[in-house]
Amino acid sequence: MKAKFARMGLASVVVLLLAMFAAGRVGGAAAQDKTATTAEVKIDNFSFGPTALTVPVGTTVTWTNRDDIPHTVVSTDGVFKSKALDTDDKFSFVFSKPGTYSYFCSIHPKMTGQVIVQ
Amino acid sequence: MSQNKRDEILHDHNHDGIDRRGFLKCMAWAGTGALCVMQGGVLKSYSMSRANEWNAAKMAGELSFAQISDSHMGFNKAANPDVAATLKAAVDKINALSVPPEFLLHTGDISHLARPEEFDTVDQILKGAVAKDVFFVPGEHDVIGDEGKQYRDRYGKGTQGEGWYSFEKQGVHFIGLVNVVNLKAGGLGNLGGEQLEWLEADVKHLKSSTPIVVFAHIPLWSVYPEWGWGTDDSAQALSYLKKFGSVSVLNGHIHQIMQKVEGNVTFHTAASTAFPQPQPGKADSPGPMKVPAEQLRGLLGITDVNFVRGQHALAIVDSQLG
Repeated sequence: MKAKFARMGLASVVVLLLAMFAAGRVGGAAAQDKTATTAEVKIDNFSFGPTALTVPVGTTVTWTNRDDIPHTVVSTDGVFKSKALDTDDKFSFVFSKPGTYSYFCSIHPKMTGQVIVQ
Repeated sequence: MSQNKRDEILHDHNHDGIDRRGFLKCMAWAGTGALCVMQGGVLKSYSMSRANEWNAAKMAGELSFAQISDSHMGFNKAANPDVAATLKAAVDKINALSVPPEFLLHTGDISHLARPEEFDTVDQILKGAVAKDVFFVPGEHDVIGDEGKQYRDRYGKGTQGEGWYSFEKQGVHFIGLVNVVNLKAGGLGNLGGEQLEWLEADVKHLKSSTPIVVFAHIPLWSVYPEWGWGTDDSAQALSYLKKFGSVSVLNGHIHQIMQKVEGNVTFHTAASTAFPQPQPGKADSPGPMKVPAEQLRGLLGITDVNFVRGQHALAIVDSQLG
């Protein structure tokens, strides 16, 4: 966006205003696309953060285990299931359909989380 | 917690007047071993620091065995970068006991990630034990990824269901239970309907005077449910054991020593041979507790159990590895 403004700064006021409008829209859409493609869940201190994550359809969610103890990410409905994630191991899943996906750590079942796909 | 504080806790418990129906919750925090003698349903615990006052003849029984737990082979983080060495130290300590235990119980989390080489290493180290028989139950780390298939292939010969079984030694009925498979989201340890039915049938024919020792990985009493330190359907399991005069429940999982007596049941958790975990609620999570290297072995341990026939007494001795 900054680069775009710099270039547009050379143009007329009208064009600049139009450009700002366009850039705003384009930039907004780009930002949305970016969050729509990936999202992160961190595993710290035996909990998923954020516990509930809301993402658009098509998002790839990546879990990272930052504990010294292995954890798993297992959908309660059998939609996805990671292998054991040792320290710093990651697991990703693409959510292509809307819905609420509850999951837990199958070795520490007190650890629960949700991905809400809209 | 300082050494003095730990001794203070034990000291208090030694002075509790507990009757048969009494309720004693005694927490011998990691680092201080405790000798526990149950006589007629009353538990007495003594600090290991007073071992020189013990009457060895009084402690001798017809049956003794040692409990080890949570060897977590494969763990290599700061809390203990050499879990093989500390397991070996535990085995050496067991081998050096004045009364050699007849067998070993391993109450689960043999491995850290259920990798074949982790189980292999533990098997190799345990071959160095003078006691040749080792009885296992799985921990949640031993069943990662396959709900315990590999565990059962290795250790589950002759067991039922997910790996539960019972056996007799010198008139004592031992029951190994599995509470780490098919865990439900948001729940605790779980025995399940099939295992509970088996347990009820397993003890039905036994005389009420038969001493019972139950061992399972996750505590069968509510130590700290917030951290998953309990078993959802343990109350039902214990209800089948009500008729017995002497029931001892041995668990691992929480990497620290705790004891409790409730009616006819003595609950006991063992220290880990790998790394200590914090006291319930005393940290953000139950993750490994990092301690200075020189303190580590004082926080790991083994449990030596003496059963004295005729007196219905079960002496449980926890030793630190240091």
